[in-house]
Amino acid sequence: MSEKPIYHPPTVKLEKWHEQKIGCVTDTPGNMRQTNKTGGWRTFRPVVDKEKCNKCGLCWIYCPDACMSEKKDIYEPDLEFCKGCGICAEECGRGAIKMELEG
Amino acid sequence: MSEIRCLEGSFACSEAVKRSNVDVICAYPITPQTHIVESLAQMHADGEMDAEFINCESEHSALSICAGASATGARTFTATAGQGLALMHEILFISSAMRLPIVMAISNRALSAPLSIWGDHSDTITNRDCGWMQIYCENSQEIFDSTMQAYKIAENSDVMLPIMVNMDGFTLSHLNERAIIEDRKEVEDFVGDFQPKYTLHPDKPVAMGCYGTPDFYMEFRRQQDEAMKNAAKVIPKVNEEFLDAFGRGYGFIEEYRSEDADVVMVIMGALSGNAKEAVDKLREDGKKFGLVKLRVYRPFPKEEMKKALKDANIVGVIDRHISLGFGAPVTTEIRTVIENPTVGFVAGLGGREVTVEDFEKIFKECEQAAKKEEYFDYKWYGVRE
Repeated sequence: MSEKPIYHPPTVKLEKWHEQKIGCVTDTPGNMRQTNKTGGWRTFRPVVDKEKCNKCGLCWIYCPDACMSEKKDIYEPDLEFCKGCGICAEECGRGAIKMELEG
Repeated sequence: MSEIRCLEGSFACSEAVKRSNVDVICAYPITPQTHIVESLAQMHADGEMDAEFINCESEHSALSICAGASATGARTFTATAGQGLALMHEILFISSAMRLPIVMAISNRALSAPLSIWGDHSDTITNRDCGWMQIYCENSQEIFDSTMQAYKIAENSDVMLPIMVNMDGFTLSHLNERAIIEDRKEVEDFVGDFQPKYTLHPDKPVAMGCYGTPDFYMEFRRQQDEAMKNAAKVIPKVNEEFLDAFGRGYGFIEEYRSEDADVVMVIMGALSGNAKEAVDKLREDGKKFGLVKLRVYRPFPKEEMKKALKDANIVGVIDRHISLGFGAPVTTEIRTVIENPTVGFVAGLGGREVTVEDFEKIFKECEQAAKKEEYFDYKWYGVRE
């Protein structure tokens, strides 16, 4: 069991109904990074084994949410956005990624 | 110069569109709306309109194209009926939520099956919750006037909602009547320019109708509700301006000899003409009967209706639609705003005639119901039993 999953609330001000722009308009590109943190959807969390990972980058290629990123020794998921689909674990040729049930 | 012409409801609509400085017209042909877009295509081909006329493969596409055009700041027009409106259903919600003030004419038509090209209100009433305003017209003049008013109402910065201008299929869309067709310059001046707050433009990029997570969705819906409430304030204002410019005017409702009436009928659309005839005939016999025509169905004029019906002993409502599993929809809504006894009549579905004599019978049935205090939920009128 991993540590308890955290609900990631939007990191922008939640405007009142009359403050939001009408017509569901947004003029700030990429604001989903602040408004829609999909990490809260996750049931299983990918855990990377440092010993097995050789940084081939397959997980980075296959992640449909582009939330794998290259770190010094390994690739790591961004848990604010990882939905826990498990594709990275499925594709990892070295079995370096395990999906663990969120606590 | 304004001119007096004899023309179909459909042509009254297209003449108003031609004069309203529309930028984009896109529609898919369907009976009984065909004459509207057909005549606009002719006007466009003859060089009478400086607009884009886009042909497309379905009503779903037609409204989508209007939505895209409207999002760029273009003034748009489309028209449809019955099944066509049903196919647009998805985009009706989208264009309203994206606050695109599209004007759409509807030649009201019954929904299949059985296949019917004839008129009733089932196409629009089933779409009452989409966030579109709805005006129901009675004659060619009202269609011409309501179409140009529609642009001014819809494009008001406090409203920014799309609007349907309804005419009963055939009964009104194909009926030749006298109408004053106003001067183009005067109509253009009345309608004014479309000045949306946000448009799709490369100089100032925005995304419209974006993804709304549970943290944001309800606030957008709340805005639409407020816009409808604002529309209820803007509609009379636009009408006042219209009255100043052209000397005619229309309310949310029209009260016809109903002020002192004991029995009041409520009705929408073209059939009100026949109902008025019936009122006149029965008044000659000393009956205190009257009529309230419901012209603006969304936003629904609750207060106006309450005021107009307050002294009636009984209210009879005519519905050209049936909400299967509940009853007569307009009757049901009226019951929620008034306390008078109310009875409903489902009549005139799929183009079934409701004549002056039929209305006389309906009035008398209401009178009987009041006398005996036997109020009913709704009845089918004119069905072989």
